Amino acid sequence: MSETRTELLHDVTLRVNGVPRTASVPARRLLSDFLRHDVGLTGTHVGCEHGVCGACTVLVDGAPMRACLMFAVSARGHEITTVEGLGDAPDARPCATGEPMNPVQQAFTECHGLQCGYCTPGFLTTITAYLQENPHPTEGEAREAISGNLCRCTGYQNIVKSVLRAAEIRDERAGNHDDEGAGA
Amino acid sequence: MTTQMFGAPIKRREDPRLVTGNGRYLDDLGQGALEAAFVRSPHAHARIVDIDVADAVDVDGVIAIYTHEDLPGKVGEPLPLLIPHPTLTHPRTGYALAKDEVNHVGEPVVMVIARDRYLAEDACQRIRVTYDTLPVVVGVDTARAAEALVHEDAPGNIAAHMVQEVGDVEAAMAGAPHTLSLDLAVERSACMPMEGKGVLARWDAEDGRLRIHSSTQTTTGVRAAVAAKLDLPLDRVDCIAPDVGGGFGVKIMHPWPEEVLVPWAARLLGHEVKWTEDRREHFISSAHERAQLQEVQVGFDDDGRLLALDVKFWHDNGAYTPYGIIVPIITSTQLLGPYKPGTYRCEFWSLYTNTVLVTPYRGAGRPQGCYAMERTMDAIAAYLGIDRAEVRSRNFIQPEEMPYDHGLLFQDGRPLKYDSGDFPASLAKLKDLVGWDDFADYRARAEAEGRRVGIGIGCYVEGTGVGPYEGGHVQVESSGRVNVATGLTTQGQGHQTVFAQIVAQELGVRIEDVHVTTGDTRKMGYAVGTFASRAAVMSGNAIALAARSVRAKALRIAGEALEVSPADLEIVDGVVRVAGSPSTSIDLSTVAVLSNPLRYAFDDAARAATQFAGTFDPDKPPVAADDEPGLEGKDFYSPTQATFANGMHAAIVETDPVTAEITILRYCVIHDCGKMINPMIVEGQVHGGVAQGVGGALYERMVYDDSGQLLNASFMDFLMPYASEVPHIETDHLETPSPLNSLGLKGAGEAGCIPVTAVIASAIEDAEGFPITSMPISPVELWELRLRHADGVATSPTPRKEPAR
Amino acid sequence: MLNQVGHDGKVLAGGQSLIPILNMRLASPGHLVDINGVEGLDTVTVSEEEVRVGALVRHAQLERHGGAFGALPLLRQALVHVAHPAIRNRGTTVGSIAHADAAGEMPSVLALTQGVVEARGAAGSREITAADFFLGALETALAEDELVVATRFRRFPRGTGTAFAESARRHGDYALAGVAATVTVTDGVVREARASFVSVTEVPTVLDLTELVAGSEPGSVDWSVCVDAVRAHVDPEADIHATADYRRMLAAELARRTLHQATTHAVTGPGTGHPTPDAEHEGVRTR
Repeated sequence: MSETRTELLHDVTLRVNGVPRTASVPARRLLSDFLRHDVGLTGTHVGCEHGVCGACTVLVDGAPMRACLMFAVSARGHEITTVEGLGDAPDARPCATGEPMNPVQQAFTECHGLQCGYCTPGFLTTITAYLQENPHPTEGEAREAISGNLCRCTGYQNIVKSVLRAAEIRDERAGNHDDEGAGA
Repeated sequence: MTTQMFGAPIKRREDPRLVTGNGRYLDDLGQGALEAAFVRSPHAHARIVDIDVADAVDVDGVIAIYTHEDLPGKVGEPLPLLIPHPTLTHPRTGYALAKDEVNHVGEPVVMVIARDRYLAEDACQRIRVTYDTLPVVVGVDTARAAEALVHEDAPGNIAAHMVQEVGDVEAAMAGAPHTLSLDLAVERSACMPMEGKGVLARWDAEDGRLRIHSSTQTTTGVRAAVAAKLDLPLDRVDCIAPDVGGGFGVKIMHPWPEEVLVPWAARLLGHEVKWTEDRREHFISSAHERAQLQEVQVGFDDDGRLLALDVKFWHDNGAYTPYGIIVPIITSTQLLGPYKPGTYRCEFWSLYTNTVLVTPYRGAGRPQGCYAMERTMDAIAAYLGIDRAEVRSRNFIQPEEMPYDHGLLFQDGRPLKYDSGDFPASLAKLKDLVGWDDFADYRARAEAEGRRVGIGIGCYVEGTGVGPYEGGHVQVESSGRVNVATGLTTQGQGHQTVFAQIVAQELGVRIEDVHVTTGDTRKMGYAVGTFASRAAVMSGNAIALAARSVRAKALRIAGEALEVSPADLEIVDGVVRVAGSPSTSIDLSTVAVLSNPLRYAFDDAARAATQFAGTFDPDKPPVAADDEPGLEGKDFYSPTQATFANGMHAAIVETDPVTAEITILRYCVIHDCGKMINPMIVEGQVHGGVAQGVGGALYERMVYDDSGQLLNASFMDFLMPYASEVPHIETDHLETPSPLNSLGLKGAGEAGCIPVTAVIASAIEDAEGFPITSMPISPVELWELRLRHADGVATSPTPRKEPAR
Repeated sequence: MLNQVGHDGKVLAGGQSLIPILNMRLASPGHLVDINGVEGLDTVTVSEEEVRVGALVRHAQLERHGGAFGALPLLRQALVHVAHPAIRNRGTTVGSIAHADAAGEMPSVLALTQGVVEARGAAGSREITAADFFLGALETALAEDELVVATRFRRFPRGTGTAFAESARRHGDYALAGVAATVTVTDGVVREARASFVSVTEVPTVLDLTELVAGSEPGSVDWSVCVDAVRAHVDPEADIHATADYRRMLAAELARRTLHQATTHAVTGPGTGHPTPDAEHEGVRTR
């Protein structure tokens, strides 16, 4: 009969959505589980744990990555943005019911870009980062940009629409921003 | 100004919460719960010899380990047979934890409860189960050959054998001028929602109450099944569906072993227990569907009119039959589509295999039936040299023939009687949308460029809104808030929006004030579940009826307060007022206050209803004998039969002349689900269905080896389409309202996926010029078919032409 | 540290291949050696002869690196086919080479560029050529205590055009077959041509087609003999997604296409390296 030791815990502090969050976790704790269970931000979802579905996609220093394919300890020193933090962006505005939404979130609600909502956080982070680099995609480019995330409900059509609408909203809000003299 | 709610593409009420990361799915709940993991059988068929948990007991954080021996009474008995049927002569269900033998890879054998899932899985890895393997049955061919048996007491591996016949098929076939035979195959696929199954249970010892959260499509079903297993009064068990990340049918099956075991363990341990499956578990221990082998014999005249249709098929039902034979029954009835078969005979065998169980997946047998019928139509057209759309149209049931009784029993045990539909109009719209008549020119131009293209078509009829019933409860609070509850569940269909639209419309309130709860047995304890494209029809109508009764009561009370006749009143934006004289009005919230005579005023508004407020007639009792306090209504909708939606799809595909890669250039949908509550949501349902259909036509198949191992139990190798694989979908609608319910609704949830396999097969066949009979088809298979046809070797199966008589 | 944990340790860099295996509990190494914090491994260096890529350079970083693209367009041409952007943001090019999956794109690029692996272990540093590095499926010449600290991709001579193509069932999937091709044209005459392969050879190999095409004008090369040579050279296996014969056909067809493209690029330049969305068809390319 072999014994097992209690696992060694590591203090992990990450900046998540701009706020330092700390927990003591084993080295093997995935970033996805750390965010969901140790930090309590359950907006990031887990669909496969092998990197294919993209539901767990978060932004690490602004770049989309699979939270299920990183350890929490590996994320130390990086800035993590989850779906809960997208509404903190400078171009976020309160929606009709009061929640602050960035252009991508707003576009999804306008274009019926979600049904069950489970895959949605992964799309939102991915598209938010994508539009930073490619603010005016064609429809073909928009579809290509979302072709690394699985959705089982929408058939993707309204998600493509949402990408294009989000680009429009970004422009609209950037226009307002300039009017206020805030600059780029 | 009244905004028309019903029929409007209102933005979804649930979206702000979901897009900001505030959804509450099963694994988001119960953060302090103990977690379960399972040791599952690595063998497809084996006897359990020994289970050694010694090395697992000492794993840090392990709380308990259970095998079948530990399960008392009913918990240790087989799981229920949900839908018995007279022809299901050899049903079998599994145990919550395997007893003595296992019948598919993935069957649960040991449950470990630990402080968290990582530790529970550590413990599972240290548990050693010894098996004696038994011969394995995989695939329909092997099952029907029956050299080995899955269950000793199910001879021939036959769970059910059913025959339905209308008219004398044999005679009609013998007398038919032409006959054809087709051998067809559809492979196994699965729902694959993005969120797997999960259960969270909490036993409150002080109250003696069990609260279950389950990612389910039927909370009343789970509650009843678990209460029965745990010998608890129904009254002491609550079941709630949280936000659910997709179902598509796999979550209508219940009770899953885990839905029994987790509540049982929670009660035993006196602690919350949670289980959420990982993706591999979902692949090997939930449910699959679709696999059938089919043989069609058809007799027809020179015009392509059906005279005799004789269908046999063999359905793979996996290792157990807890959901009965609903799927093959649906295949056998929905196969007929929009056509008159002349005479019809359908015989099926539902067969056991040592694989994951088979329960409904969106379409639930309709895709297979549509495939058989539509390949047959294409074969008739090819044989006679008649346009494929024309052949179909010659066989349509005409609008003036509605209601049309096929003389068969549908999956709800009621007559297969189409209530409405205009098939010629649907077809005309489809041909227009896709440019059917212009395709020859398009093909000529493509060929000039060295490209190979084809066009396909597929038609279906879908029985939706099956019973027995659903209920609706509508209540107006004294604040003006309107609470709506129905017992069935939601997995992304936008019920919080569409049901609110109905109430806003019927009751005359602002949609912002309407709050809908679904899938909570505490709010509505009578319900069936979400499946068979029934939610809008069933709950929509029940909620409308409930809202109407609330409206009638509100007008009565308001009439008394305003001293006008209720007939002169209307409700607009939550204000009851005299039509044409809007200054004479009373807020609905005040009406709600007055509806509940009070002794104690709990706020300012409530004062108007207290004893001395002067608002009540002293000669009448505060609550009339035939009345109840409160402004609320509850009603149920229970139709005599299903209501039949229909649709027709067309696709233009291109195949690469060298690599046989397949591209869908255009995909067109004509869809008739009667009246639509929210056209945006209906269209979203169609898009999603088409995407799953494309997956099933070109990408998704479960690959089992001969030893019963599922070789592609991950998203890496089970190929669900990304956006890059799904075409842009063009839709147009027809609305032939259902005459069976006052809202004119028919179901829409499954429509998108039903004909896709048939349509794609039809299009590829048109591009290639040889028969496509087995689906899904990949470029590899198409390439091999080309080689075989080029060699002149007939593929098996092919349509075999019988000599004309 | 690898010296200490030896056979029961795995290097963790990007983790995009390793962590799925761990998550599915298909392997349970006793130790993971996380090199993400090691200084000096995250640079791309472009010189006259080669592009040197440190062990912590993410695929995305190399993909975007203008200097690397200018020096060796084949890198980006191949990189855009590696999985999906989110995977490329974390996964490392060196890591995928050390992983040595025959279905990986970058091992075939290393082979075609006659590249070099720089390894460091307890016994010191050494260099291993691509030809000697890949021993079999998922098997390399690395010792248990060795870490790949960088790989060097050799630049092609002036006048060389390159192309990369692969075909997968879905966007971002492992390729059923893939081909990287180089064609060198100087003074209006084809001088050299080579190809390496993805998924259809057990280890990345280079097929030298020079003898078959040297001396021809770019517009009048008979590529069919090269295609036949490819067909004879590759040794694909069957799996649940494709038969060996299909992969062989596909490799041959992709070779034909990439040799054409490489020739065009040799004459006119490589463009941006990004495939354009298919403009001819309204629909989406479904494979």
